[in-house]
Amino acid sequence: MSLRNIAIVYKKELTEALRDRRTLISTIVVPLLAFPVMTIGFGGAMFSLMNKAEKEIPKVIVLGGGDSPRVVADLKKLEGLQFVDTPANWKDRIVNKEVGVAVQIPDGFEANLAQQKSDTVKIYKYENEIKSEFAANNVEKAFKKYSESIVKDRLAAKNLPTSVLSPFAIKQENVAPPEKVSGAAIGGFLGYIVILLCFQGAMTPAIDLSAGEKERGTMETILSSPISRMHLVLGKFFLVLTAAITTAALAVTSMAVSFFVTQKFHAFSSAGASNSGSFQLHVTAGAIFSIFLMALPLAVMFSAGLLTIALFAKSHKEAQSYITPLVFVVIIPAVAAMLPGVELTPKLALVPILNVSLLLKDLIAGTYHWNSIAIIFLSTCAYAAVALFLAIKMFQRESVLFRS
Amino acid sequence: MIEARGLSKRFHDKKRGEIRAVDNVSFTCQPGRIYGLLGANGAGKTTTLRMLATILEPTDGTAIVCGHDVVEQPEKVRANVGFLSTATSLYPRLTAQELVEYFGRLNGLDEATLKKRVDAIFSRLDMNGFRDRLCDKLSTGMKQKTSIARTLVHDPPVMIFDEPTNGLDIMSARTITAFIRECRDNGKTVIFSTHIMSEVEKLCDTIGIIHDGKLLTEGTLAQLRDQHHEQVLEEIFVKVVAPHFVHAEAH
Repeated sequence: MSLRNIAIVYKKELTEALRDRRTLISTIVVPLLAFPVMTIGFGGAMFSLMNKAEKEIPKVIVLGGGDSPRVVADLKKLEGLQFVDTPANWKDRIVNKEVGVAVQIPDGFEANLAQQKSDTVKIYKYENEIKSEFAANNVEKAFKKYSESIVKDRLAAKNLPTSVLSPFAIKQENVAPPEKVSGAAIGGFLGYIVILLCFQGAMTPAIDLSAGEKERGTMETILSSPISRMHLVLGKFFLVLTAAITTAALAVTSMAVSFFVTQKFHAFSSAGASNSGSFQLHVTAGAIFSIFLMALPLAVMFSAGLLTIALFAKSHKEAQSYITPLVFVVIIPAVAAMLPGVELTPKLALVPILNVSLLLKDLIAGTYHWNSIAIIFLSTCAYAAVALFLAIKMFQRESVLFRS
Repeated sequence: MIEARGLSKRFHDKKRGEIRAVDNVSFTCQPGRIYGLLGANGAGKTTTLRMLATILEPTDGTAIVCGHDVVEQPEKVRANVGFLSTATSLYPRLTAQELVEYFGRLNGLDEATLKKRVDAIFSRLDMNGFRDRLCDKLSTGMKQKTSIARTLVHDPPVMIFDEPTNGLDIMSARTITAFIRECRDNGKTVIFSTHIMSEVEKLCDTIGIIHDGKLLTEGTLAQLRDQHHEQVLEEIFVKVVAPHFVHAEAH
């Protein structure tokens, strides 16, 4: 084995890759920008939309209530709502988003309340339409407040304290350490991202270095040089592996930075407000190191596998048509690991991709089951070795290299 | 020196079954001489030369190139061979110099020797004006020169040219033919394939006519003229190939 020859090929492929726009975009630009765009861009857009919807004064129609003037008058005193006349086609106006909600006050509402008879106030809304939902929430809140005040009055009339209604309080408290909380929340997602981007990062260079080389007519040139085909494929493989790992590493870095920035922004914008429900990202350096250690054999498997498949194709386009469907083969097990309740079992520990995905979830949460780690690492190494062996064999098959 | 001994290559095609691309071909090419392999498209020229350059492995037979067996020691054979064809393109994202250096390193040259060799070749081929330009941005003529520099960087004693002028304009083709002559004059063993009669007449010391994978005849131009009682090479070619062509058609 000549490391010198492998290094020569690797260095040359690296020089070319750094000059290839497609490779640079898929390996560096996409992973760096995907998360800021997703979290800051998409999140920011959502935030501003919600803000706008919150600030906009929703229009409300009151249906009925002629015999309950006090309730209607109190309702109309509510701030942040604009009351409009009752048109005949009020349902259409809600559907057309001209009006937020319509409130149906039942007949004899006040009289019924006085006699302590139960009634139902109906709020008609456009479900999942953001402005209508806000209006419905505001109106409901107002009626709940009104309902509570009536309860209070009734209790007072009977000389009973309000604690009659809530004899004791219930409080949930977290005892898990912060990294386990983070792990449970984002562990699956982080693992999914690392796996998917390892694959995606390997895709473009794997195609460029095999089918691309055939298409450009440089395959015959390199095959006429004294380098052995095994050294040639290993040099190429290491470049694809570098791209896979770089993509995943950049993606994780970019995700951490985006998360940190969003959190700072959130903390800043909600300063002084209640801190309940705020979530701290807590992933230890050890966990990050273990993630990459476990993802390494998977990246080897992807790189070698993609090189093997892409080499079979005659052109960039043909290789893409073979590889694009494979993205689903990677996404499905990676997503399956994110599903709640899917846990690592001895059988699942042998299923490629899914096993690493499940393990990454545990590692991020700081849980180390050494038996599973050993089984998954070794089995993935075995799959990777098979993939690399196939890639080397493929580079020695004339029918593949000179497929016409 | 090149010595082909019963070289054969069979392919399997799903529709047509077994194809004998090259069938028991034997010939010898001497140093300081140009051997021309003349044949129509699909005659087996490219497959023969690819086997000599160890890009393809023979199904039967073998060849000895500079004392090394193409089947047993393919890497040693390639270290002694410069292979050029219109199919051997250049890496578009490397500069002319990077490309030549890459092949020099793959041929085992150390950095000091490589630098000297590259400087000498670039000066001789008048390539210094574009040594730092990406191959993608080179003109056809510049690409030809870079390809020549690539085949020469390790100073191989054997040169294999597979239809090197195919699709080139006259000036680029002349650069190549001049280079082939120069190789012969420098004592290299040269084999080259073509279907262009005039190139063979101008360049070759020995001519082999190949058809349907078989080497039908070989000799110097004078010998072929004597044997077939024709002066023009094209007529000789037709006379040699026609009976086999009719035979193949009848099949």
